[in-house]
Amino acid sequence: MRDRMIFAAQLLFTMLVAAFLVVPAGLSMTAGITVNYFRGIQSGLTLQWVVQVWELYASTILLSFVIAFGTLAVTLLAGVPAAYALYIRGGRLSRGVEEIITLPVAIPGLALALGLLLTYGGFGDFRRSWLFILVGHVIFTMPFMVRSVMAVFANVDVKTLDEGAASLGASPWRRFRDVIVPNASPGILAGSLMVVTLSLGEFNLTWMLHTPLTKTLPIGLADSYASMRLEVASAYTLIFFIMIIPLLVAMQWFGGRGGVR
Amino acid sequence: MKTGLEHGVSLRVEGCAKTYADGTRALEPTTLDVASGETLVLLGPSGCGKTTLLRIIAGLETPDSGGRVLFDGKDLTSSPIERRNVGMVFQSYALFPNMTVAENIAYGLKIRGVAKPERAARVAELVQLTNISGLEDRRIDQLSGGQRQRVALARAVAIRPSVLLLDEPLTALDAALRERLRSELNRLLRTLGITAIYVTHDQAEAMELGDKVVVMRKGAIAQVGSPRDIYFKPADRFVAEFIGAANIIEAPIEDGRLMLAGGRQPVNGSEDLTTAVAMVRPETIRIVRSDGAALNGVVESVRFSGDRQRIVVRDVSDKPLVVDTANTIEVAVGERIGLAIAPEAIRFLPPDRR
Repeated sequence: MRDRMIFAAQLLFTMLVAAFLVVPAGLSMTAGITVNYFRGIQSGLTLQWVVQVWELYASTILLSFVIAFGTLAVTLLAGVPAAYALYIRGGRLSRGVEEIITLPVAIPGLALALGLLLTYGGFGDFRRSWLFILVGHVIFTMPFMVRSVMAVFANVDVKTLDEGAASLGASPWRRFRDVIVPNASPGILAGSLMVVTLSLGEFNLTWMLHTPLTKTLPIGLADSYASMRLEVASAYTLIFFIMIIPLLVAMQWFGGRGGVR
Repeated sequence: MKTGLEHGVSLRVEGCAKTYADGTRALEPTTLDVASGETLVLLGPSGCGKTTLLRIIAGLETPDSGGRVLFDGKDLTSSPIERRNVGMVFQSYALFPNMTVAENIAYGLKIRGVAKPERAARVAELVQLTNISGLEDRRIDQLSGGQRQRVALARAVAIRPSVLLLDEPLTALDAALRERLRSELNRLLRTLGITAIYVTHDQAEAMELGDKVVVMRKGAIAQVGSPRDIYFKPADRFVAEFIGAANIIEAPIEDGRLMLAGGRQPVNGSEDLTTAVAMVRPETIRIVRSDGAALNGVVESVRFSGDRQRIVVRDVSDKPLVVDTANTIEVAVGERIGLAIAPEAIRFLPPDRR
């Protein structure tokens, strides 16, 4: 009897906490498809706000995806070989480099952006193009790619596999292509999902780096919160959720599978 | 048996030492020669430098400057492993989980640009040789430990390496399997006639597989010799105790006799000494009737293990003496027995340099 009471109390508490977090998100999303938020759901449901968001902000959504996949491409091309080199080489120097790569996680995005602006702000064309934001996103997401790939390297004992392939005559590049990448694929996949998700949702740094012509989705979202009616901003949130949730689910799923292997 | 597989270079390691960045000396300057087709075993306790030496030969470690590695007289010291044409079997096998058994075995050939039909033929030949026919399309994680070991061996041999390097290849297996694979490995090494370096800490493995055994200790070579040499004529106390069981007796010699608490044991041609260090293998000591025996002692314990028995006898020398004897002899704990040791079974060792 007492156990059941305790269980019920715990369950209630858990539900309350969950509700505390979930209800605002749910409210925000329903607001996006309500005719008039202040009159509530009985005012009727509509997709007009979603359509309006699409008309106003489609370009920011598109740009977000371009930047996210651009960031992914760069982190893959630079991050995976870097992780390989750092892991195989080991030693103090490698650890130092790893620390430096990881630093952007700890530094506030604003400070990072400020650094970029101070250094490269003078290059007008570069400053004005979306590539400037891409650079920021690469710096910010690189540690996540490198770290998750290195974690898998440790897990599958890549060092010995590398030595095994080398003993059979494979050059470093062949080893990387034939043995390292295929066996690190769970980590590469996890890192990729993380990079795309982080890049899509990144606000701090992007807010400092963007120009009126290079707005990403979260910047557009802030913009709509500030200047549009609440329903539009909420519809925007809804779109963002619809895009980001499949990525999060995929990340969880692959993460779970990676753990089992 | 002629298989057309014979290959192998002679190998020379010259003054190779290894000091790590943190100053640890893993290997003292070492010089070693291996004849073509010979199986050399590097034997020693963990941390003795045997794996470091193997990795230097492989090209996975570079020796400190001054050290050289020569294959058939050619200096390969600065060549990385991928340009040395060595076959290597790792303790953890290092099989590629993303490839099938056949793909693993064929990988080295693929790298060398061998055409597909020829690769397939070679794989077929090797699965036969290593008794893994039928497993070609399996994934690595579907194999047992013993099967993995065979695949690793087949893969290393497939490329017709100049030298086959084996780093404790049987350590990860259970005892029964280890024994079976050991004799299989022995047959294979003889069949291939390949130059092989085999690292192990297991002296039984070393004895059975090695044409020549190198006993190592603290980064240096303690003794090089045939298995019989290192067993019967150990260079020092460390080798004597590391290889099999040994009774080490410290006692003075007077008039050609070892003066022991349990009697006087005649020895061959040794001058008088205040402390001689003598080694006697347990199986060379015979149990005889107590009266009239040169040595007498009291049975401290009897360990009967079926095929033989090990008897510990006290009051003979400074330490209890271990005697391995036929399983038919019956002695009781506390019984007074006589011991007979042939003078030629006693080997004197240099005093310790501790």
